[in-house]
Amino acid sequence: MAVQRLRFTFPTDLIKEPVIYLIGQQFEVITNIRMADVDESTGWVILELEGDTDEIARSVAWAESRGVRVDPITGDVIEG
Amino acid sequence: MTYAQNLRCRECSRDYPLAALHVCEFCFGPLEVVYDDDGIKAAVSREAIASRPANLWRYREFLPCDADTAINIGAGFTPLIHAKNLGKALGLPNLYIKNDTANPTWSFKDRVVAIASSRARELGYEKLACASTGNLANSVSAHAAAAGMEAVVVIPNDLEAGKVLGSSIYSPTLVKVAGNYDAVNRLCAELAGTRNWAFVNVNVRPYYAEGSKTLGYEVAEQLGWRAPDHCVVPIASGSLFVKIRKGLNEFAKAGLIDEPQTRMSGAQATGCSPVATAWAEGSMNFRPQRPDTIAKSLAIGNPADGYYSLVQLKDTNGACASVNDDEIVAGMKLLAETEGIFAETAGGVTVASVKQLAAAGRIDPDELVVAFITGAGFKTAEAVADSLGPALEIDATVESFEAAYEDREGVPA
Repeated sequence: MAVQRLRFTFPTDLIKEPVIYLIGQQFEVITNIRMADVDESTGWVILELEGDTDEIARSVAWAESRGVRVDPITGDVIEG
Repeated sequence: MTYAQNLRCRECSRDYPLAALHVCEFCFGPLEVVYDDDGIKAAVSREAIASRPANLWRYREFLPCDADTAINIGAGFTPLIHAKNLGKALGLPNLYIKNDTANPTWSFKDRVVAIASSRARELGYEKLACASTGNLANSVSAHAAAAGMEAVVVIPNDLEAGKVLGSSIYSPTLVKVAGNYDAVNRLCAELAGTRNWAFVNVNVRPYYAEGSKTLGYEVAEQLGWRAPDHCVVPIASGSLFVKIRKGLNEFAKAGLIDEPQTRMSGAQATGCSPVATAWAEGSMNFRPQRPDTIAKSLAIGNPADGYYSLVQLKDTNGACASVNDDEIVAGMKLLAETEGIFAETAGGVTVASVKQLAAAGRIDPDELVVAFITGAGFKTAEAVADSLGPALEIDATVESFEAAYEDREGVPA
């Protein structure tokens, strides 16, 4: 089992979608919202995802396919 | 010895031990090193610093590891020059260039890696690692070689040849990754989270970031123990931008200079300008971008210190420029032709940004301005190769030389 902390950024057209609920439903991943800031037009959530590494990767790929931007919580790891 | 006391969350102020930690467990804020300020003030003096060797360890009291056992390949104390020719071209008579191309691996990354690698070794790590678009990989490879440590450096597979060679020569484990920027970034985040290695800009980032402060110390010392009026700094992760000012503040706190009034302005490439875009929109929240610029050393779409960069721009009455690829190349050529300094693309971004900010009246001509040039041009030779004049091709005779010389472009026969 692994735990990943990721920042999900939601575009306006996804604000009303229950994306995090659907991750928990469709994948064997435990979701834990640690911080969030969501308003009527945009929003971000820092999410802990716990589960098998491949299953977490699948859930992230699914979220990205829906239009969510997923980043490491500390910003880019790659540097100049 | 070091005067470092603990790590502290920049957001919620929770304290942590001086371990390989970089993010607060509660609020996910970044951790920073906290020092015994009174101890530093009692220990340092201008005279003591000035008497030490010309490298960044002369500021040992302000650094988070033991200078006596540090990995020292001579990083720091690079030239600060009064750029009279460039200043004349830009209408800034008091323009200075901090030339950090003069570091051992030809970029400012030697400063941060000197500190990160030294602290990593103190913490018992045997492997240094990083994910980089070039300069950081070069410096990690060199420091690991000098320290007898293993290095694992991960780079995208489309880097400039000079930056790849600049790592290979030190024989690290060099990993070239196929895939777009996001894929490389994601892989590296996963590796950093699962390997017990010192990823210099991830798990030992609080120490790594301290290296950038030394640019602030040096500029103040080289100006005769005073802070500049205005700094123009390239912004990638934003750490350099924030830490230069922190260095000036710490020098003031230790009584070495007066309280700085320094304005801090940023420089970004238009093809990767999350901070400049937010600044132009008047927002304190930047939106991550997918980089598309020749300035690959600044191609950080989701900068770790992006928010703090915006705060600093606001707090110091700074400004943030963004310049396109053509302006970057023109900036590289202008710096070379006026001051004899061949900078990489990031330097072109800085010079073009100084030009833009001066033309817009955001830099006062009376200000003492320092522009930070962070990497050498041979690493990104491809960026300018096609825009330079040809050589005169001649036979080995005086007549051939004279004919070619008289006909050369721009000179009347």
